[in-house]
Amino acid sequence: MAQPKKPKLAVWKFSSCDGCQLSLLDCEMELLAISEAVDIAYFLEATRRVKKGPYDISLVEGSITTAHDAERIKEVRRLSGTLITIGACATAGGIQALRNFKDVKGFIDRVYAHPEFIDTLSTSTAIADHVPVDFELRGCPINKAQLLELINATLNGRKPNVPRHAECVECKTQGTTCVVVAKGEPCLGPVVQAGCGNLCPQHGRGCYGCFGPMESPNTAALAARFAALGLDRRDIERQFRSYNANAPAFREESEAHDQPSRS
Amino acid sequence: MAPNIGSKVILDRSGLDRLIADLRGRGYRVIGPVLADSAVIYDEIQSAADLPAGCRDDSEAGTYRLDQTGEPWLFGYTLGVQGWKRHLYPPRQRLFRAERGERGFRLLDDQEVEAPLALLGVRACELAAIQVLDGVFDHEGFTEPGYLRRRQNAFIVAVECGHAAATCFCASADTGPAVGQGYDLRLNEIAGQGNWLFVAEAGSEKGLAVLAELPSRPASPDQIAAAAAQPQQAASQQSRQLKDDAARVLAVSTESPYWDKVAERCLTCGNCTMVCPTCFCTSVEDVTDLAGDIAERWRRWDSCFTLDYSYIHGGNVRSKAASRYRQWITHKLATWHHQFGRSGCVGCGRCIAWCPVGIDITAEVRALADAERGR
Repeated sequence: MAQPKKPKLAVWKFSSCDGCQLSLLDCEMELLAISEAVDIAYFLEATRRVKKGPYDISLVEGSITTAHDAERIKEVRRLSGTLITIGACATAGGIQALRNFKDVKGFIDRVYAHPEFIDTLSTSTAIADHVPVDFELRGCPINKAQLLELINATLNGRKPNVPRHAECVECKTQGTTCVVVAKGEPCLGPVVQAGCGNLCPQHGRGCYGCFGPMESPNTAALAARFAALGLDRRDIERQFRSYNANAPAFREESEAHDQPSRS
Repeated sequence: MAPNIGSKVILDRSGLDRLIADLRGRGYRVIGPVLADSAVIYDEIQSAADLPAGCRDDSEAGTYRLDQTGEPWLFGYTLGVQGWKRHLYPPRQRLFRAERGERGFRLLDDQEVEAPLALLGVRACELAAIQVLDGVFDHEGFTEPGYLRRRQNAFIVAVECGHAAATCFCASADTGPAVGQGYDLRLNEIAGQGNWLFVAEAGSEKGLAVLAELPSRPASPDQIAAAAAQPQQAASQQSRQLKDDAARVLAVSTESPYWDKVAERCLTCGNCTMVCPTCFCTSVEDVTDLAGDIAERWRRWDSCFTLDYSYIHGGNVRSKAASRYRQWITHKLATWHHQFGRSGCVGCGRCIAWCPVGIDITAEVRALADAERGR
């Protein structure tokens, strides 16, 4: 069988911590197989050697926080066949989207000695808010096995096995005892998408929501349960306001518990 | 004197250890209750020392707490978090593995041989649940070979309940607390003089062969009476009830406005279906290696509460939480009768306890009946 031409893979970074790109390098054993299956054409975290576009598959990490990035992502989209966003920053705006709830200029004035050097948007937003995206891979950081499955499925032309149901399904499948029911711990699991490998509940604590809202999140019902467990408005607001704070379902729920500004 | 089927004998604690050792010696993987983190779960055990001595569970809607009573009862808890389903019908099962050949694919015959299972501590409702699954997995020409093989090879040691959790309603579901038929051995843990004993009885030839090997003595009338009193006491402790006419209520409630009320609380998280000992729905996933040379087909537990589960060519047929909850409870309590000739609910109460927001199947049926009467 003639060897078909290898698809070209590019990995792009926007506002992010690089942890999701590192998940690709963290594939270790599988990395060799990946480099045999694709031509890693643009991946600055791994190598300075770059090949010109267009690229068959682009993995995009990070959110849009500057006017410059808002333009650059359009160029990435133009150069890319399949565009896949990876991680909470790229899929929801990330932890830096906490700025969306506050006055960014106020932060800049307080934090920087020379605020005039800072050129940033007032919001941090998902890549899909700016260009069409073919697939969003959730997580802060993404799960290595899901990344491999996604690359694998993309190369083999099949649907990736990346379920959008609740984290609870993953807990029950793995036999992890529910921390809400057995310990009264607040846990976002029932409204969060599975995929992390139930990292926190299997160690007896509640889910932080790194993988963002599941397919049909009833955040209001879970918030009511949190209140019954003794959380006050501020606690509940904070539950929904972390890595995926700007994901619509979580944003709306945290705003429903937002204290009036006391500034 | 060797026991007969149905005759009641006494095993002491060392007899229980001998039972576990004997089953292991016969090649069984013995699964029983163990304390894991803050709950009793069913997992592999090596000896009676692994059993959750002194543990007593207390469940309410959305709440489960395990207490250490300090008493040495080994089976003082009510139920494990999940039933025996995860051992007889595991959450992830590989259906086949295939390799790309010159022409098409070649199936690889490399399934691991599983040891037969001995299930120790099966409660009446759980035995009923296994019998419900028997009906599901051998039904009108459809057979599920993996389940049926595990089931046929399994050795079942039932242990009757002496008390009920607040979420139990097996008495109203007609499945317990007394263990009826279908066990190999049935045990009752009763108080003796200064120690705890088991009243044991074989329910099958297989069970008799095992029991005959164990050191035992005939049970006294008092001991037999003490054992018989246990399920009666467990039944008398049950305050939750499933309405007798649940199937009728659901049949006339398909358009009830009450479903929207449930949906306000329902998280559609799927926990109820995962812990239900009779929910059997799965999805099938295909995976490949990067080169596409090896393909595997896996079956994993799924739930009628997930959107993918009811996705049919181009759309989801139950997009609202109301319709998904309606589907689950209606199938469980009403249309299961049409499909399998009995109810799908055995009254274990797990869906009540392990629902993070405490939705109560018995209360929802009552509320639907009230809503129906009020219209």
